[in-house]
Amino acid sequence: MTCRELVEFLLDYLEEALPGAQREEFEHHLQACPPCLAYLETYKRTVQLGKTVCAEPEGPIPDDVPERLVQAILASRRKSV
Amino acid sequence: MTQTADGPGPAQDEAAWVAALRAGEEQAFEKLVRAYSGRMLAVARRMLQNESDAQDAVQEAFLSSFRAIDRFQGGSRLSTWLHRIVVNAALMKLRSRQRRPEDPIEELLPKFLEDGHPVRPAVEWKESAQSALERAELRAAVRTSIDRLPESYRTVLLLRDIEELDTQETARLLELSPNAVKIRLHRARQALRGLLDSHLREAPG
Repeated sequence: MTCRELVEFLLDYLEEALPGAQREEFEHHLQACPPCLAYLETYKRTVQLGKTVCAEPEGPIPDDVPERLVQAILASRRKSV
Repeated sequence: MTQTADGPGPAQDEAAWVAALRAGEEQAFEKLVRAYSGRMLAVARRMLQNESDAQDAVQEAFLSSFRAIDRFQGGSRLSTWLHRIVVNAALMKLRSRQRRPEDPIEELLPKFLEDGHPVRPAVEWKESAQSALERAELRAAVRTSIDRLPESYRTVLLLRDIEELDTQETARLLELSPNAVKIRLHRARQALRGLLDSHLREAPG
């Protein structure tokens, strides 16, 4: 397995969707190739960073909503009732 | 058991709130909009990257929720329910608007030599995710980098990794095959990794 193939199979590996023989080859390559191991680790960290950052509010949420929008939502509800 | 000396617990508060919404009480609706529109707007902004579209999506989401309040199942939280509704409203908006031409994602993917070795071998990142997050500039970089992903990839990344929908559900919502979802997710993550790399790579020497 080349580095290119390893990167190609990375998602399947992490989702445990690689067939047994390929998984063995994948892990074998990983043990012998520090850059691929670093790629795998930084790929996982990327997913984790995205999750953590997006889970946080970006600022003081209530002040961020324009009053005009709140009023428009309430008005459209009155119209639709 | 959740009852405290101070009064009803949050779940009971919410049940009373839902009852008031079902009864059509104006104040209950206003409370709902004020309590949740902020975080709903944040979700819509992330998906749509356009303030006016995001506000439209939030407005449409609230209208759908007002119409569907009778079908709200007490088993989930109002916040979770509204979150799903705004994600759907944002997806509808994405689908309805003119597709903007996208930059090809290939530029952001790792490059390989003829023999299959990477042109630029990966190295470990310097900080643990936890301490790295303490750096405001890194948080900003993560957001900016997600925003830089081409829309068709960003949407898959947001639904799969951020909203934590599974492949099947994402495929259904985006009208793609599950395999196409997997390919886009993998490319989106690789591209995001590439964009973050320069912020987190160990400085040489």
